[in-house]
Amino acid sequence: MCLALPAQIIAIDPDTEMATASVDNVKVEVSLALVDDVAVGDYVLVHVGYALNKIDEDEALKTLGLFAEAGLTPNS
Amino acid sequence: MKYISEFRQQDLARQLARAIAQTADPDRHYRLMEFCGGHTHAIFRYGVQDLMPANVEFIHGPGCPVCVLPTGRIENAIQLAERHDVILCTYADLMRVPAIGRNSLLKAKAGGCDIRMVYSTQDVLKIARENPGRPVVFFAIGFETTTPPTAVAIQQAQAKRLTNFSVFCNHVLTPAAMQAILDAPQPVSIDAFLGPSHVSTVIGSQAYEPFAERYAKPVVIAGFEPLDVMQSALMLIRQLNEGRHEVENEYSRAVTRQGNLKAQALMREIFELRPQFEWRGLGLIADSALKLKADYADFDAEQRFNLPAIQAADVKGCECPAILRGAKKPQDCKLLGTVCTPENPMGSCMVSSEGACAAYWSYGRLSRKSG
Ligand code: SF4
Repeated sequence: MCLALPAQIIAIDPDTEMATASVDNVKVEVSLALVDDVAVGDYVLVHVGYALNKIDEDEALKTLGLFAEAGLTPNS
Repeated sequence: MKYISEFRQQDLARQLARAIAQTADPDRHYRLMEFCGGHTHAIFRYGVQDLMPANVEFIHGPGCPVCVLPTGRIENAIQLAERHDVILCTYADLMRVPAIGRNSLLKAKAGGCDIRMVYSTQDVLKIARENPGRPVVFFAIGFETTTPPTAVAIQQAQAKRLTNFSVFCNHVLTPAAMQAILDAPQPVSIDAFLGPSHVSTVIGSQAYEPFAERYAKPVVIAGFEPLDVMQSALMLIRQLNEGRHEVENEYSRAVTRQGNLKAQALMREIFELRPQFEWRGLGLIADSALKLKADYADFDAEQRFNLPAIQAADVKGCECPAILRGAKKPQDCKLLGTVCTPENPMGSCMVSSEGACAAYWSYGRLSRKSG
């Protein structure tokens, strides 16, 4: 019920605020009514057919960095 | 797949497990409540509990929206379909939750009621457009993640003058539930919270700052993938070791401090607080749920159909209420895996895939005592 999945926007219809997004290569219709400034190619979190937010690539990389760092310096 | 597989790597999981084992103080017990049912599911699906030292324990919280909806509201929905010739639309998760007399939406549908499972509120609007002669009601449930999509549908229905569409609103608020857990007369002992992932994309990490402060409980907003949960547990353990109680954000790729301001504004426009609302397991909680504002009364199914408040007891022996408070675990329920299974659920915690009992059942934890 609360699961949301990352999806990449592949097409946007500006008139209806609807977009086509790809989730694991499956195409889904997504409403962009709750997000601003989304462009084709962006990743968004999709929940019950709505994009809830954009996913920030830099922050994702930082988080992956944190995991690796924990392994290197476990006592910090 | 991008943003999923990177957060499931086994070698990193082992590294994180080592770091957690070395950071956790062997003389202390860490009780971390994962508020959100999605986390419960991830913890079981990926065996995260098994990667933790014995003194780090996950307590399952009330964050599964299907689980916390009281039986009376499901009964209301069934009556809408039965008595008012309504086309009732809802998310699939609700279909099998036991109502009064072990009835359910699924059984009502089999009995001839027009009940339809939808994926999105956009589907409900489409059904309303295609059936102008019949009332179409959306049985809306969920926390702050599913509330904005309901608000969008109401706004669009108003703009398009879709007068046969209305919403039976059961949207509930995460911070209110967290507060109820902390203020309970006999509070469950919890040292820290794994904050919800997707609710926080909407309300922002700042929503938890009062709890961290007032109750001296660390909160880490945690992503849904197994490495996210482990990293967040490590961050909580560090805070507890250092005597800190702050809100930290592990899920920064999707959550900001402010959250989604557009979604928040829309929720404020359409909804207002109910003075109180009943939660399964937590009872009546003040200011914990939303209803439609007077300006949108035409779209409020509760007013349109004059729905009565229905009191209904849970199935005898079902421990869902205590499990939802974090006071018991699924293996404390005598019905688990014998009388109660996903095919034949007695309580909501076995129905929803994010319910604690369903997680125990699906991932073979029926006999394990974990504290
Ligand atoms: S096992 Fe079934 S009856 Fe027992 S608490 Fe869970 S859902 Fe309720």
